[in-house]
Amino acid sequence: MHPAFSVIFLTTLIGVGQGLFLALYVAEAGALFELLPAQEGGGFFAAGSALALGFLAVGLFASFFHLGHPERAWRSAAMWRTSWLSREVIVLPGFMAAVFAYGLAHYLGFGGTLMLGGLGVLLCLGLFICTGMIYACLRFLQEWATPLTVVNFILLGCASGFTFAAAFAAVAGGGVTLVFGEWAVVLALAAMCTRVAALVRNRRIKPKSSLQTAIGVKHPRIAQKAQGFMGGSFNTREFFHGRQPSVLRLVKWTFLVLAFPVPVALLLAAMALNSQPFFMLAFAVQYCGLVAERWFFFAQANHPQNLYYQAIS
Amino acid sequence: MTQLALVIDLNVCVGCHACVTSCKEWNTSGAAGFMSDDNPYDRDPTGTFFNRVQTFEVGEYPDTQTVHFPKSCLHCEDPPCVPVCPTGASYKRPEDGIVLVDYDKCIGCKYCAWACPYGVREIDEHQKVMKKCTLCVDRIYDEKLPQDERKPACVQACPTNARLYGDIHDPESVVSKAIRDNGGYQLMPEWGTQPANHYLPRRKTEMRIHKDELERADNPLKIDGLLPKPGVKEPALDDVTSW
Repeated sequence: MHPAFSVIFLTTLIGVGQGLFLALYVAEAGALFELLPAQEGGGFFAAGSALALGFLAVGLFASFFHLGHPERAWRSAAMWRTSWLSREVIVLPGFMAAVFAYGLAHYLGFGGTLMLGGLGVLLCLGLFICTGMIYACLRFLQEWATPLTVVNFILLGCASGFTFAAAFAAVAGGGVTLVFGEWAVVLALAAMCTRVAALVRNRRIKPKSSLQTAIGVKHPRIAQKAQGFMGGSFNTREFFHGRQPSVLRLVKWTFLVLAFPVPVALLLAAMALNSQPFFMLAFAVQYCGLVAERWFFFAQANHPQNLYYQAIS
Repeated sequence: MTQLALVIDLNVCVGCHACVTSCKEWNTSGAAGFMSDDNPYDRDPTGTFFNRVQTFEVGEYPDTQTVHFPKSCLHCEDPPCVPVCPTGASYKRPEDGIVLVDYDKCIGCKYCAWACPYGVREIDEHQKVMKKCTLCVDRIYDEKLPQDERKPACVQACPTNARLYGDIHDPESVVSKAIRDNGGYQLMPEWGTQPANHYLPRRKTEMRIHKDELERADNPLKIDGLLPKPGVKEPALDDVTSW
Protein backbone atom coordinates (compact mmCIF):
# COMPACT_ATOMS: atom_id res chain seq x y z
CA MET A 1 0.00 0.00 0.00
CA HIS A 2 1.04 3.59 -0.47
CA PRO A 3 1.65 5.06 2.99
CA ALA A 4 -0.40 8.26 3.41
CA PHE A 5 1.10 10.66 5.89
CA SER A 6 -2.34 11.91 6.91
CA VAL A 7 -3.18 8.46 8.24
CA ILE A 8 0.31 7.94 9.66
CA PHE A 9 0.00 11.14 11.72
CA LEU A 10 -3.60 10.39 12.66
CA THR A 11 -2.82 6.95 14.08
CA THR A 12 0.44 7.86 15.81
CA LEU A 13 -0.81 11.14 17.32
CA ILE A 14 -4.07 9.80 18.69
CA GLY A 15 -2.07 6.87 20.08
CA VAL A 16 0.07 9.33 22.07
CA GLY A 17 -3.04 11.19 23.25
CA GLN A 18 -4.73 7.97 24.32
CA GLY A 19 -1.64 6.68 26.15
CA LEU A 20 -1.20 10.03 27.88
CA PHE A 21 -4.79 10.00 29.07
CA LEU A 22 -4.42 6.43 30.37
CA ALA A 23 -1.27 7.52 32.24
CA LEU A 24 -3.17 10.39 33.86
CA TYR A 25 -5.94 8.07 34.91
CA VAL A 26 -3.43 5.57 36.30
CA ALA A 27 -1.94 8.40 38.37
CA GLU A 28 -5.33 9.40 39.74
CA ALA A 29 -6.50 5.83 40.42
CA GLY A 30 -3.12 4.95 41.97
CA ALA A 31 -3.43 7.88 44.34
CA LEU A 32 -6.88 6.66 45.36
CA PHE A 33 -5.39 3.37 46.54
CA GLU A 34 -2.41 5.25 48.02
CA LEU A 35 -0.03 3.48 45.66
CA LEU A 36 1.04 6.74 44.07
CA PRO A 37 1.45 10.22 45.51
CA ALA A 38 -1.74 12.28 45.28
CA GLN A 39 -1.64 15.42 43.17
CA GLU A 40 -2.32 18.77 44.80
CA GLY A 41 -5.16 20.50 43.04
CA GLY A 42 -6.35 19.59 39.58
CA GLY A 43 -3.71 21.51 37.66
CA PHE A 44 -1.63 18.44 36.84
CA PHE A 45 -4.56 16.51 35.38
CA ALA A 46 -6.04 19.53 33.66
CA ALA A 47 -2.76 20.37 31.93
CA GLY A 48 -2.21 16.71 31.04
CA SER A 49 -5.72 16.40 29.64
CA ALA A 50 -5.20 19.56 27.62
CA LEU A 51 -2.04 18.07 26.12
CA ALA A 52 -3.81 14.76 25.40
CA LEU A 53 -6.62 16.71 23.77
CA GLY A 54 -4.04 18.59 21.73
CA PHE A 55 -2.55 15.34 20.37
CA LEU A 56 -6.03 14.00 19.56
CA ALA A 57 -7.06 17.24 17.86
CA VAL A 58 -3.92 17.42 15.70
CA GLY A 59 -4.42 13.76 14.78
CA LEU A 60 -8.01 14.41 13.85
CA PHE A 61 -6.94 17.44 11.84
CA ALA A 62 -4.37 15.34 9.98
CA SER A 63 -7.04 12.77 9.11
CA PHE A 64 -9.02 15.35 7.16
CA PHE A 65 -6.21 15.56 4.61
CA HIS A 66 -6.94 11.95 3.74
CA LEU A 67 -10.47 12.76 2.62
CA GLY A 68 -11.51 13.91 -0.81
CA HIS A 69 -14.50 15.72 0.67
CA PRO A 70 -13.68 16.75 4.26
CA GLU A 71 -16.82 18.89 4.39
CA ARG A 72 -18.88 15.70 4.21
CA ALA A 73 -16.95 13.98 7.02
CA TRP A 74 -19.98 14.16 9.31
CA ARG A 75 -21.69 11.62 7.07
CA SER A 76 -19.15 8.99 8.04
CA ALA A 77 -20.88 8.34 11.38
CA ALA A 78 -23.76 6.68 9.56
CA MET A 79 -22.64 3.09 9.05
CA TRP A 80 -21.43 2.20 12.54
CA ARG A 81 -23.25 -1.13 12.34
CA THR A 82 -20.90 -2.47 9.70
CA SER A 83 -17.88 -0.20 9.34
CA TRP A 84 -14.99 0.05 11.80
CA LEU A 85 -14.05 3.35 10.21
CA SER A 86 -17.49 4.70 11.02
CA ARG A 87 -17.15 3.44 14.59
CA GLU A 88 -13.82 5.21 14.92
CA VAL A 89 -15.39 8.39 13.62
CA ILE A 90 -17.93 8.19 16.44
CA VAL A 91 -15.61 7.05 19.23
CA LEU A 92 -12.81 9.55 18.54
CA PRO A 93 -14.89 12.72 19.18
CA GLY A 94 -16.59 10.90 22.06
CA PHE A 95 -13.22 10.18 23.62
CA MET A 96 -12.09 13.76 23.00
CA ALA A 97 -15.23 15.00 24.76
CA ALA A 98 -14.51 12.68 27.71
CA VAL A 99 -10.92 13.91 27.94
CA PHE A 100 -12.14 17.51 27.78
CA ALA A 101 -14.72 16.88 30.49
CA TYR A 102 -12.14 15.07 32.61
CA GLY A 103 -9.66 17.95 32.35
CA LEU A 104 -12.37 20.54 32.94
CA ALA A 105 -13.69 18.71 36.01
CA HIS A 106 -10.18 18.65 37.45
CA TYR A 107 -9.58 22.29 36.55
CA LEU A 108 -12.82 23.44 38.15
CA GLY A 109 -12.41 21.07 41.08
CA PHE A 110 -15.59 19.09 40.43
CA GLY A 111 -15.99 15.66 41.93
CA GLY A 112 -16.64 12.50 40.01
CA THR A 113 -13.45 12.71 37.99
CA LEU A 114 -12.81 9.02 38.60
CA MET A 115 -16.15 8.13 37.04
CA LEU A 116 -15.58 10.51 34.17
CA GLY A 117 -12.07 9.16 33.72
CA GLY A 118 -13.38 5.59 33.80
CA LEU A 119 -15.71 6.43 30.95
CA GLY A 120 -12.74 7.98 29.18
CA VAL A 121 -10.72 4.78 29.64
CA LEU A 122 -13.51 2.71 28.09
CA LEU A 123 -13.74 5.08 25.13
CA CYS A 124 -9.96 5.07 24.87
CA LEU A 125 -9.80 1.28 24.63
CA GLY A 126 -12.71 1.34 22.21
CA LEU A 127 -10.85 3.81 20.04
CA PHE A 128 -7.73 1.63 20.03
CA ILE A 129 -9.82 -1.35 18.96
CA CYS A 130 -11.62 0.63 16.25
CA THR A 131 -8.37 2.01 14.85
CA GLY A 132 -6.74 -1.39 14.81
CA MET A 133 -9.76 -3.18 13.41
CA ILE A 134 -9.98 -0.76 10.46
CA TYR A 135 -6.87 -2.53 9.19
CA ALA A 136 -7.28 -5.94 10.80
CA CYS A 137 -10.76 -6.49 9.31
CA LEU A 138 -9.53 -6.37 5.69
CA ARG A 139 -9.02 -10.10 5.38
CA PHE A 140 -7.24 -10.15 2.05
CA LEU A 141 -4.61 -7.70 3.27
CA GLN A 142 -3.00 -10.65 4.99
CA GLU A 143 -0.25 -8.60 6.63
CA TRP A 144 -2.92 -6.69 8.56
CA ALA A 145 -5.55 -9.37 9.13
CA THR A 146 -4.30 -10.53 12.49
CA PRO A 147 -5.17 -9.74 16.13
CA LEU A 148 -1.55 -8.59 16.47
CA THR A 149 -2.52 -5.47 14.51
CA VAL A 150 -4.93 -4.38 17.24
CA VAL A 151 -2.52 -5.40 20.01
CA ASN A 152 0.24 -3.38 18.38
CA PHE A 153 -1.91 -0.28 18.03
CA ILE A 154 -2.76 -0.52 21.74
CA LEU A 155 0.76 -1.20 22.98
CA LEU A 156 2.53 1.26 20.69
CA GLY A 157 0.04 4.00 21.55
CA CYS A 158 0.33 3.31 25.28
CA ALA A 159 4.14 3.15 25.16
CA SER A 160 4.45 6.51 23.39
CA GLY A 161 1.75 8.04 25.61
CA PHE A 162 3.46 6.94 28.81
CA THR A 163 6.82 8.18 27.52
CA PHE A 164 5.23 11.56 26.90
CA ALA A 165 3.52 11.39 30.29
CA ALA A 166 6.92 10.80 31.93
CA ALA A 167 8.33 13.84 30.15
CA PHE A 168 5.25 15.85 31.13
CA ALA A 169 5.48 14.74 34.78
CA ALA A 170 9.20 15.54 34.82
CA VAL A 171 8.33 19.11 33.86
CA ALA A 172 5.07 19.49 35.80
CA GLY A 173 6.25 17.71 38.93
CA GLY A 174 3.90 15.66 41.05
CA GLY A 175 6.16 12.74 41.92
CA VAL A 176 4.85 10.30 39.33
CA THR A 177 7.68 10.71 36.82
CA LEU A 178 9.41 7.49 37.80
CA VAL A 179 6.18 5.48 37.72
CA PHE A 180 5.31 6.78 34.27
CA GLY A 181 8.88 6.17 33.13
CA GLU A 182 8.88 2.59 34.39
CA TRP A 183 5.52 1.89 32.75
CA ALA A 184 6.79 3.44 29.55
CA VAL A 185 9.80 1.10 29.58
CA VAL A 186 7.63 -1.95 30.23
CA LEU A 187 5.11 -0.96 27.55
CA ALA A 188 7.85 -0.22 25.00
CA LEU A 189 9.40 -3.64 25.62
CA ALA A 190 6.00 -5.35 25.38
CA ALA A 191 5.25 -3.44 22.16
CA MET A 192 8.60 -4.50 20.78
CA CYS A 193 7.74 -8.15 21.45
CA THR A 194 4.35 -7.98 19.74
CA ARG A 195 5.61 -5.86 16.82
CA VAL A 196 8.47 -8.28 16.19
CA ALA A 197 5.96 -11.12 16.46
CA ALA A 198 3.92 -9.42 13.73
CA LEU A 199 7.04 -9.03 11.58
CA VAL A 200 7.88 -12.71 12.00
CA ARG A 201 4.31 -13.68 11.17
CA ASN A 202 4.25 -11.48 8.09
CA ARG A 203 7.52 -12.93 6.82
CA ARG A 204 5.90 -16.36 6.70
CA ILE A 205 2.70 -15.29 4.97
CA LYS A 206 1.75 -17.40 2.02
CA PRO A 207 -0.39 -15.23 -0.28
CA LYS A 208 -3.79 -16.77 -0.84
CA SER A 209 -4.24 -15.09 -4.20
CA SER A 210 -2.01 -15.64 -7.16
CA LEU A 211 -2.02 -14.59 -10.79
CA GLN A 212 -3.71 -17.94 -11.46
CA THR A 213 -6.70 -17.18 -9.23
CA ALA A 214 -6.68 -13.53 -10.28
CA ILE A 215 -7.42 -14.31 -13.93
CA GLY A 216 -8.62 -17.87 -13.42
CA VAL A 217 -6.12 -19.56 -15.69
CA LYS A 218 -4.57 -22.63 -14.14
CA HIS A 219 -1.16 -22.58 -15.72
CA PRO A 220 2.02 -22.26 -13.67
CA ARG A 221 3.56 -19.74 -16.07
CA ILE A 222 1.59 -16.54 -16.59
CA ALA A 223 3.25 -13.25 -17.43
CA GLN A 224 1.48 -9.93 -17.74
CA LYS A 225 2.13 -8.19 -21.03
CA ALA A 226 -0.10 -5.13 -20.68
CA GLN A 227 -2.09 -3.60 -17.84
CA GLY A 228 -4.43 -1.70 -20.10
CA PHE A 229 -2.73 1.69 -20.11
CA MET A 230 0.74 3.14 -20.47
CA GLY A 231 0.51 5.91 -17.87
CA GLY A 232 -0.38 5.63 -14.21
CA SER A 233 -3.77 5.21 -12.62
CA PHE A 234 -5.28 5.18 -9.15
CA ASN A 235 -4.48 1.47 -9.02
CA THR A 236 -0.78 1.98 -9.64
CA ARG A 237 -0.52 4.92 -7.24
CA GLU A 238 -2.62 3.91 -4.25
CA PHE A 239 -1.53 0.32 -3.79
CA PHE A 240 2.22 0.48 -4.42
CA HIS A 241 4.74 2.20 -2.17
CA GLY A 242 7.06 2.65 -5.14
CA ARG A 243 10.27 2.22 -3.14
CA GLN A 244 13.14 -0.19 -3.46
CA PRO A 245 13.18 -3.17 -1.08
CA SER A 246 16.33 -1.68 0.42
CA VAL A 247 14.33 1.39 1.54
CA LEU A 248 11.80 -0.87 3.20
CA ARG A 249 14.54 -2.73 5.03
CA LEU A 250 16.08 0.56 6.12
CA VAL A 251 12.77 1.86 7.46
CA LYS A 252 12.13 -1.43 9.24
CA TRP A 253 15.45 -1.32 11.07
CA THR A 254 15.02 2.40 11.72
CA PHE A 255 11.77 1.84 13.56
CA LEU A 256 13.02 -1.28 15.31
CA VAL A 257 15.87 0.82 16.74
CA LEU A 258 14.18 4.19 17.23
CA ALA A 259 10.83 3.04 18.60
CA PHE A 260 12.07 0.55 21.18
CA PRO A 261 15.70 0.20 22.39
CA VAL A 262 16.80 3.83 22.06
CA PRO A 263 13.82 5.35 23.94
CA VAL A 264 14.08 2.62 26.57
CA ALA A 265 17.76 3.45 27.08
CA LEU A 266 16.99 7.17 27.14
CA LEU A 267 14.16 6.63 29.64
CA LEU A 268 16.41 4.59 31.92
CA ALA A 269 19.11 7.25 31.68
CA ALA A 270 16.56 10.01 32.29
CA MET A 271 15.21 8.21 35.35
CA ALA A 272 18.71 7.59 36.69
CA LEU A 273 19.82 11.19 36.11
CA ASN A 274 16.37 12.73 36.73
CA SER A 275 16.89 14.70 33.54
CA GLN A 276 14.01 16.51 31.83
CA PRO A 277 15.77 16.82 28.43
CA PHE A 278 16.37 13.07 28.34
CA PHE A 279 12.67 12.37 28.90
CA MET A 280 11.78 14.76 26.08
CA LEU A 281 14.43 13.29 23.83
CA ALA A 282 13.13 9.80 24.60
CA PHE A 283 9.65 10.83 23.45
CA ALA A 284 10.91 12.65 20.36
CA VAL A 285 13.00 9.67 19.28
CA GLN A 286 10.19 7.21 19.97
CA TYR A 287 7.67 9.30 18.04
CA CYS A 288 9.99 9.42 15.03
CA GLY A 289 10.36 5.66 15.37
CA LEU A 290 6.58 5.24 15.43
CA VAL A 291 6.16 7.34 12.29
CA ALA A 292 8.64 5.01 10.61
CA GLU A 293 6.79 2.03 12.09
CA ARG A 294 3.47 3.20 10.67
CA TRP A 295 5.02 3.96 7.29
CA PHE A 296 6.39 0.43 7.20
CA PHE A 297 3.05 -0.99 8.37
CA PHE A 298 1.36 0.46 5.28
CA ALA A 299 4.19 -0.19 2.85
CA GLN A 300 4.50 -3.83 3.85
CA ALA A 301 0.85 -4.64 3.14
CA ASN A 302 0.61 -6.25 -0.27
CA HIS A 303 -2.81 -5.77 -1.83
CA PRO A 304 -4.05 -8.62 -4.06
CA GLN A 305 -5.07 -6.08 -6.72
CA ASN A 306 -1.34 -5.57 -7.36
CA LEU A 307 -1.40 -8.92 -9.17
CA TYR A 308 -3.20 -7.15 -12.02
CA TYR A 309 -0.55 -4.43 -12.29
CA GLN A 310 2.73 -6.28 -12.73
CA ALA A 311 3.79 -4.88 -16.11
CA ILE A 312 2.96 -1.67 -17.94
CA SER A 313 3.13 -2.96 -21.50
CA MET B 1 -34.02 -12.15 -6.77
CA THR B 2 -32.24 -10.63 -9.70
CA GLN B 3 -28.48 -10.36 -10.00
CA LEU B 4 -27.46 -8.60 -13.16
CA ALA B 5 -23.96 -9.40 -14.30
CA LEU B 6 -21.60 -9.66 -17.21
CA VAL B 7 -20.13 -12.86 -18.51
CA ILE B 8 -16.88 -12.32 -20.34
CA ASP B 9 -15.73 -14.92 -22.80
CA LEU B 10 -11.94 -15.02 -22.78
CA ASN B 11 -12.11 -17.43 -25.68
CA VAL B 12 -13.28 -14.76 -28.09
CA CYS B 13 -11.98 -11.50 -26.58
CA VAL B 14 -9.47 -10.08 -29.01
CA GLY B 15 -8.27 -7.26 -26.75
CA CYS B 16 -9.46 -4.42 -28.96
CA HIS B 17 -10.38 -2.09 -26.05
CA ALA B 18 -13.69 -1.18 -27.72
CA CYS B 19 -15.44 -1.90 -24.40
CA VAL B 20 -13.01 0.43 -22.61
CA THR B 21 -13.59 3.37 -24.93
CA SER B 22 -17.30 2.77 -25.22
CA CYS B 23 -17.63 2.60 -21.43
CA LYS B 24 -15.64 5.78 -21.00
CA GLU B 25 -17.63 7.58 -23.67
CA TRP B 26 -21.01 6.63 -22.24
CA ASN B 27 -20.15 7.21 -18.61
CA THR B 28 -18.22 10.43 -19.05
CA SER B 29 -21.24 11.93 -20.81
CA GLY B 30 -23.81 10.90 -18.23
CA ALA B 31 -25.76 12.76 -15.59
CA ALA B 32 -23.29 11.65 -12.91
CA GLY B 33 -20.64 13.92 -14.40
CA PHE B 34 -17.45 13.43 -16.34
CA MET B 35 -14.70 10.93 -15.58
CA SER B 36 -11.69 13.17 -15.33
CA ASP B 37 -8.44 12.75 -17.24
CA ASP B 38 -5.12 14.45 -16.65
CA ASN B 39 -2.50 15.04 -19.36
CA PRO B 40 -4.40 12.91 -21.88
CA TYR B 41 -2.07 13.97 -24.71
CA ASP B 42 1.00 14.67 -22.62
CA ARG B 43 3.55 12.85 -20.56
CA ASP B 44 2.20 10.67 -17.75
CA PRO B 45 -1.41 10.54 -18.87
CA THR B 46 -3.84 9.33 -16.26
CA GLY B 47 -7.58 9.11 -15.90
CA THR B 48 -10.57 7.41 -14.39
CA PHE B 49 -11.89 4.30 -16.10
CA PHE B 50 -14.51 1.78 -15.10
CA ASN B 51 -13.17 -0.90 -17.38
CA ARG B 52 -9.70 -1.98 -18.47
CA VAL B 53 -8.44 -4.66 -20.80
CA GLN B 54 -5.23 -6.32 -19.74
CA THR B 55 -3.11 -8.84 -21.57
CA PHE B 56 -1.41 -11.90 -20.18
CA GLU B 57 0.83 -14.45 -21.81
CA VAL B 58 0.20 -17.96 -20.58
CA GLY B 59 2.77 -20.68 -21.09
CA GLU B 60 6.28 -20.76 -22.40
CA TYR B 61 7.41 -19.99 -25.92
CA PRO B 62 6.53 -21.50 -28.34
CA ASP B 63 3.54 -22.98 -26.50
CA THR B 64 1.93 -19.70 -25.50
CA GLN B 65 -1.53 -18.32 -25.44
CA THR B 66 -2.24 -14.59 -25.31
CA VAL B 67 -5.16 -13.98 -22.99
CA HIS B 68 -6.88 -10.63 -23.20
CA PHE B 69 -8.56 -9.99 -19.91
CA PRO B 70 -11.24 -7.28 -19.52
CA LYS B 71 -11.57 -6.21 -15.89
CA SER B 72 -14.32 -4.16 -14.33
CA CYS B 73 -16.40 -4.24 -11.15
CA LEU B 74 -17.62 -7.79 -10.63
CA HIS B 75 -20.74 -6.73 -8.65
CA CYS B 76 -19.99 -9.31 -5.96
CA GLU B 77 -22.94 -10.97 -4.28
CA ASP B 78 -21.09 -10.46 -0.98
CA PRO B 79 -19.23 -7.23 -1.78
CA PRO B 80 -16.45 -6.51 0.76
CA CYS B 81 -16.39 -2.85 -0.32
CA VAL B 82 -19.95 -2.12 0.88
CA PRO B 83 -19.89 -2.84 4.65
CA VAL B 84 -16.64 -0.90 5.18
CA CYS B 85 -18.02 2.33 3.72
CA PRO B 86 -18.49 4.70 6.68
CA THR B 87 -21.12 6.88 5.00
CA GLY B 88 -23.27 4.33 3.22
CA ALA B 89 -22.30 5.85 -0.12
CA SER B 90 -21.37 2.38 -1.39
CA TYR B 91 -24.35 0.13 -1.58
CA LYS B 92 -25.69 -2.94 -3.32
CA ARG B 93 -29.10 -2.54 -4.86
CA PRO B 94 -31.40 -5.28 -3.57
CA GLU B 95 -33.57 -5.22 -6.69
CA ASP B 96 -30.90 -6.06 -9.26
CA GLY B 97 -27.66 -6.64 -7.32
CA ILE B 98 -25.75 -3.75 -8.88
CA VAL B 99 -23.07 -2.28 -6.57
CA LEU B 100 -23.18 1.51 -6.81
CA VAL B 101 -21.59 4.59 -5.24
CA ASP B 102 -23.69 7.59 -4.28
CA TYR B 103 -21.36 10.37 -5.43
CA ASP B 104 -23.17 12.90 -3.24
CA LYS B 105 -22.47 10.93 -0.07
CA CYS B 106 -18.92 9.70 -0.81
CA ILE B 107 -16.26 11.46 1.28
CA GLY B 108 -13.37 10.07 -0.78
CA CYS B 109 -11.69 8.16 2.06
CA LYS B 110 -10.66 5.35 -0.33
CA TYR B 111 -11.36 2.70 2.30
CA CYS B 112 -13.65 0.80 -0.11
CA ALA B 113 -10.85 0.62 -2.67
CA TRP B 114 -8.62 -0.91 -0.01
CA ALA B 115 -11.39 -3.40 0.74
CA CYS B 116 -11.77 -4.54 -2.89
CA PRO B 117 -9.35 -7.36 -3.75
CA TYR B 118 -9.88 -6.83 -7.48
CA GLY B 119 -8.81 -3.18 -7.66
CA VAL B 120 -11.83 -2.11 -9.70
CA ARG B 121 -12.62 1.09 -7.81
CA GLU B 122 -10.85 4.24 -8.91
CA ILE B 123 -11.01 7.63 -7.29
CA ASP B 124 -11.79 10.57 -9.54
CA GLU B 125 -8.87 12.90 -8.88
CA HIS B 126 -10.97 16.01 -9.59
CA GLN B 127 -14.38 15.18 -8.19
CA LYS B 128 -12.63 13.42 -5.28
CA VAL B 129 -15.18 10.63 -5.09
CA MET B 130 -14.83 6.91 -5.64
CA LYS B 131 -16.04 5.68 -9.00
CA LYS B 132 -16.73 2.28 -10.41
CA CYS B 133 -18.67 0.38 -13.03
CA THR B 134 -22.40 1.03 -12.71
CA LEU B 135 -23.34 -1.71 -15.17
CA CYS B 136 -24.67 1.31 -17.11
CA VAL B 137 -27.56 1.58 -14.71
CA ASP B 138 -28.60 4.77 -16.53
CA ARG B 139 -28.86 2.82 -19.76
CA ILE B 140 -30.28 -0.59 -19.02
CA TYR B 141 -33.52 0.81 -17.63
CA ASP B 142 -33.88 3.70 -20.07
CA GLU B 143 -37.23 3.18 -21.76
CA LYS B 144 -36.42 5.82 -24.37
CA LEU B 145 -33.87 3.43 -25.83
CA PRO B 146 -34.95 0.59 -28.09
CA GLN B 147 -35.21 -2.70 -26.23
CA ASP B 148 -32.09 -4.22 -27.79
CA GLU B 149 -29.96 -1.22 -26.75
CA ARG B 150 -30.92 -1.45 -23.09
CA LYS B 151 -27.67 -3.11 -22.11
CA PRO B 152 -24.30 -1.85 -20.89
CA ALA B 153 -22.24 0.21 -23.31
CA CYS B 154 -19.37 -2.28 -23.20
CA VAL B 155 -21.66 -5.14 -24.19
CA GLN B 156 -23.09 -3.08 -27.01
CA ALA B 157 -19.59 -2.24 -28.29
CA CYS B 158 -17.97 -5.65 -28.22
CA PRO B 159 -17.34 -6.69 -31.85
CA THR B 160 -16.79 -10.36 -31.05
CA ASN B 161 -19.69 -10.74 -28.64
CA ALA B 162 -17.28 -11.63 -25.86
CA ARG B 163 -19.43 -9.80 -23.31
CA LEU B 164 -22.77 -11.25 -22.36
CA TYR B 165 -25.18 -9.49 -20.07
CA GLY B 166 -28.09 -10.79 -18.05
CA ASP B 167 -29.45 -12.13 -14.79
CA ILE B 168 -27.28 -14.91 -13.41
CA HIS B 169 -30.01 -15.91 -10.96
CA ASP B 170 -32.34 -16.77 -13.79
CA PRO B 171 -31.32 -20.29 -14.89
CA GLU B 172 -32.76 -19.73 -18.36
CA SER B 173 -30.92 -16.46 -19.06
CA VAL B 174 -28.23 -16.32 -21.72
CA VAL B 175 -25.55 -15.69 -19.07
CA SER B 176 -26.61 -18.61 -16.86
CA LYS B 177 -26.58 -20.91 -19.86
CA ALA B 178 -23.17 -19.62 -20.93
CA ILE B 179 -21.76 -20.20 -17.43
CA ARG B 180 -23.29 -23.65 -17.26
CA ASP B 181 -22.34 -24.83 -20.72
CA ASN B 182 -18.84 -23.39 -20.95
CA GLY B 183 -17.37 -23.74 -17.49
CA GLY B 184 -17.85 -20.14 -16.37
CA TYR B 185 -15.80 -19.24 -13.30
CA GLN B 186 -15.31 -16.45 -10.77
CA LEU B 187 -12.14 -14.49 -10.00
CA MET B 188 -10.30 -15.02 -6.71
CA PRO B 189 -12.87 -17.43 -5.28
CA GLU B 190 -10.65 -17.79 -2.19
CA TRP B 191 -12.06 -14.61 -0.64
CA GLY B 192 -15.69 -15.69 -0.70
CA THR B 193 -16.85 -12.49 -2.37
CA GLN B 194 -18.96 -14.44 -4.89
CA PRO B 195 -18.45 -12.15 -7.86
CA ALA B 196 -21.55 -11.94 -10.02
CA ASN B 197 -19.50 -11.41 -13.17
CA HIS B 198 -18.16 -14.66 -14.55
CA TYR B 199 -15.47 -15.44 -17.07
CA LEU B 200 -15.59 -18.16 -19.66
CA PRO B 201 -12.27 -19.97 -20.06
CA ARG B 202 -10.20 -20.52 -23.16
CA ARG B 203 -11.60 -23.52 -24.95
CA LYS B 204 -10.41 -25.66 -27.80
CA THR B 205 -12.39 -24.60 -30.81
CA GLU B 206 -13.39 -27.75 -32.63
CA MET B 207 -15.25 -27.86 -35.87
CA ARG B 208 -18.36 -29.95 -35.57
CA ILE B 209 -19.47 -31.30 -38.93
CA HIS B 210 -22.57 -33.35 -39.26
CA LYS B 211 -23.05 -35.81 -42.04
CA ASP B 212 -25.81 -33.85 -43.67
CA GLU B 213 -23.47 -30.88 -43.96
CA LEU B 214 -21.05 -32.93 -46.09
CA GLU B 215 -23.64 -34.08 -48.55
CA ARG B 216 -25.96 -31.52 -49.97
CA ALA B 217 -29.44 -32.54 -49.04
CA ASP B 218 -30.82 -30.59 -52.01
CA ASN B 219 -28.40 -32.06 -54.54
CA PRO B 220 -30.60 -32.63 -57.63
CA LEU B 221 -28.84 -35.88 -58.25
CA LYS B 222 -29.93 -37.06 -54.82
CA ILE B 223 -33.45 -35.92 -55.32
CA ASP B 224 -33.94 -38.17 -58.31
CA GLY B 225 -32.04 -41.01 -56.73
CA LEU B 226 -28.73 -42.47 -57.83
CA LEU B 227 -28.13 -43.11 -61.52
CA PRO B 228 -28.22 -46.75 -62.52
CA LYS B 229 -24.76 -48.32 -62.47
CA PRO B 230 -23.80 -51.51 -64.30
CA GLY B 231 -22.82 -54.45 -62.10
CA VAL B 232 -19.12 -55.19 -61.51
CA LYS B 233 -19.18 -58.43 -63.45
CA GLU B 234 -20.96 -56.98 -66.44
CA PRO B 235 -18.88 -56.01 -69.47
CA ALA B 236 -18.02 -52.36 -69.74
CA LEU B 237 -17.61 -50.34 -72.86
CA ASP B 238 -13.86 -50.68 -73.02
CA ASP B 239 -13.61 -53.86 -70.94
CA VAL B 240 -10.97 -52.13 -68.84
CA THR B 241 -12.87 -49.91 -66.50
CA SER B 242 -15.68 -51.15 -64.51
CA TRP B 243 -17.66 -49.63 -61.65
